[in-house]
Amino acid sequence: MRRHVISVLVNDQPGVLQRVAGLFGRRGFNIESITVGSSEEPGLSRMIIVTRGDEKTMEQVSKQLYKLIDVAKVVDLSASPMVARELALIKVGAEPAERPEILGVVDTFRASVVDVGPNTLIVQVVGDSDKIDAMVELLKPYGIKELTRTGVTAMTRGMIRKQQP
Amino acid sequence: MSIQNVIASSESKDELRQRLLKPDEITGSEILLRTLLLEGVECVFGYPGGAVLYIYDAMYGNPDFKHLLTRHEQGAIHAADGYARSTGKVGVCIATSGPGATNLVTGIATAYMDSVPLVCITGNVATSLIGSDAFQEADIIGITMPITKHSYLVRDVKDLARTIREAFHIASTGRKGPVLIDIPKDVSNQVTRFEYPETISLPTYKPTLYPNKLQVDKLLAAIEEAKQPVILAGGGVVYADASAELIEFAEKTRIPVTTTLLGLGGFPSGHELWMGMPGMHGTKTANYALQNADLLISIGARFDDRVTMKLEGFAPRAKIAHIDIDPAEIGKNVPVDIPVVSDVKEALKEANTKARPAQSEEWIKQIQEMKEQYPLRYKDSDDELKPQWVIEMISETTNGEAFITTDVGQHQMWVAQYYKFKNPRSLITSGGLGTMGFGFPSAIGVQMAHPDKLVISINGDGGMQMCAQELAVCAINNIPVKIVVINNQVLGMVRQWQELIYDSRYSHIDLSGSPDFVKLAEAYGVKGLRATTKEEARAAWQEALNHPGPVLIDFVVSKMENVYPMVQQGCTLDEMIMGDSE
Repeated sequence: MRRHVISVLVNDQPGVLQRVAGLFGRRGFNIESITVGSSEEPGLSRMIIVTRGDEKTMEQVSKQLYKLIDVAKVVDLSASPMVARELALIKVGAEPAERPEILGVVDTFRASVVDVGPNTLIVQVVGDSDKIDAMVELLKPYGIKELTRTGVTAMTRGMIRKQQP
Repeated sequence: MSIQNVIASSESKDELRQRLLKPDEITGSEILLRTLLLEGVECVFGYPGGAVLYIYDAMYGNPDFKHLLTRHEQGAIHAADGYARSTGKVGVCIATSGPGATNLVTGIATAYMDSVPLVCITGNVATSLIGSDAFQEADIIGITMPITKHSYLVRDVKDLARTIREAFHIASTGRKGPVLIDIPKDVSNQVTRFEYPETISLPTYKPTLYPNKLQVDKLLAAIEEAKQPVILAGGGVVYADASAELIEFAEKTRIPVTTTLLGLGGFPSGHELWMGMPGMHGTKTANYALQNADLLISIGARFDDRVTMKLEGFAPRAKIAHIDIDPAEIGKNVPVDIPVVSDVKEALKEANTKARPAQSEEWIKQIQEMKEQYPLRYKDSDDELKPQWVIEMISETTNGEAFITTDVGQHQMWVAQYYKFKNPRSLITSGGLGTMGFGFPSAIGVQMAHPDKLVISINGDGGMQMCAQELAVCAINNIPVKIVVINNQVLGMVRQWQELIYDSRYSHIDLSGSPDFVKLAEAYGVKGLRATTKEEARAAWQEALNHPGPVLIDFVVSKMENVYPMVQQGCTLDEMIMGDSE
């Protein structure tokens, strides 16, 4: 059950996210994360879906997605070298005395502090999911008050290969 | 209104078209009606309500537009479905918002499972009220998303004509299916300049219609090597109008054919290469052939679990080739060695140019022997009417030239087994969803499309009561459907399962308290007849055939009859119970 990152180019229409997410649900495909935003082509949005499954499941995921009238293109990004990034905002308990220590962790991860409260900091970290997991682990001892993650967005490295439709 | 003038049109098609295409300032409702007519729609089936009143108002006094008022939205959509299956054209139904729309759900799912081209028009509350839980509001787009090929909510009247064009295109191309168009009430009353879009632009929708020639060559090479090949032909053959190509293909390659429930009629039942239906209630010959095949060619069939039964033991020795227009069907249930994504007709045409026979003469001989040794049979009786006998009697009188619609259950399987289908589209039945209530209203749609043909609707006493209200439609419009009720006073297929699998614990299957079907028919103004013996059955059936209008014939049959052969769930096709036929 490999982790797959799938890019789905869809018409920018109301209800498309529901169609795609619904398809995953009712066909019994798993969704670890799903993100949607605009793409390089006007009128088309790009969804990045992280899912797990064997090759047969992935083939079905792709074929079933193509059945949706609004789906233009489905690419398994994880089949080639890719860049995958996730953003997390972590509100961590930070009494003044603890702050230098926390800032040390933040620096090491090339994360940044985007808000300072009387006894909290908001840390913003960008990276692959493992890096964010590690950051969260390191910040846990200080007390995580709130945590939000965006889900993965991704693209293949270098030139896009011609994909089979 | 007689059935003839429902279809007839006074002016020529070209004149009508020019008049309809005129770029007037008109309302959304008028756009809808004009666009439907321009799409070649002859008759729509529907039921009015608040949210579609502008649409129905536009129909008032409109001599071009034919609408059949059913007594329930489910009746309307099954009728549209029957119309579509029997003609190959797109069926159209109209319902109002909320409960009207949700009453279509069963019919939409039925059409989706069996790939039937439908355009379902639903009204919705005004755009300003959408999302406010307004009176009779339902998110029908959200509700039907899993059971439509595509759907539209039209928020601007300017999009309406284009949307309807696209909906017809999507419904009727590629793997066919139902498309829903939800039209808010205010949109149906907004006025705009009508411009009929001549072209359709759907860049993200490109069904594959022509086969990859290398794959077809691979298939032909596999056929030449095969000693025990089998063709499994499904509904796709019928929908692609590829019967003639299939016959040519089977004859050229010398491969025996089994047709699934929806494929019945796609290959003539009298043909020497035909083996009957496969699967749970298939023939011993067809199931034996599947289990012993060295090459299985599925053509427009999707390896439904009622056909394959236990997947792990299905066609264990066969190399599998699969021709299907829907790429997602290939490899979905069964791993495929030779995939051919294509319209079935195009794939068979391509194959037929170079097809050579398999090494199958010994195999065909073996199949012929099995057919003789294990024909479908039942224990007949002179004391009570056997349902199989009734079906055989009907089959003999029509000689395969009628349209047959069925409901779902034992009678459906007996029709599949004992009626001799000769022509494609002559069996109209709910295969994938198995929808009770489908049989009778679908016959209304078939008869509307074929006013001069004999249309017979065969139902159980359970399913007949699920849409019996449509008797009124037959009576008032003089739609001369011959309505057969195979009446065993019980939910027969459920009874059979309870007997065989649940230790004869007959839980809630007794349909005592059903109406007197003859009186029910008469109450609606439909002729009613009853038969309890063979003699009565022959006489009643003849009287029904002679009667020019609709007739309901209540055949009171034996209660304990089972459908055999049967493969129980969890078993492979080898493990057949032959029952009474042994």
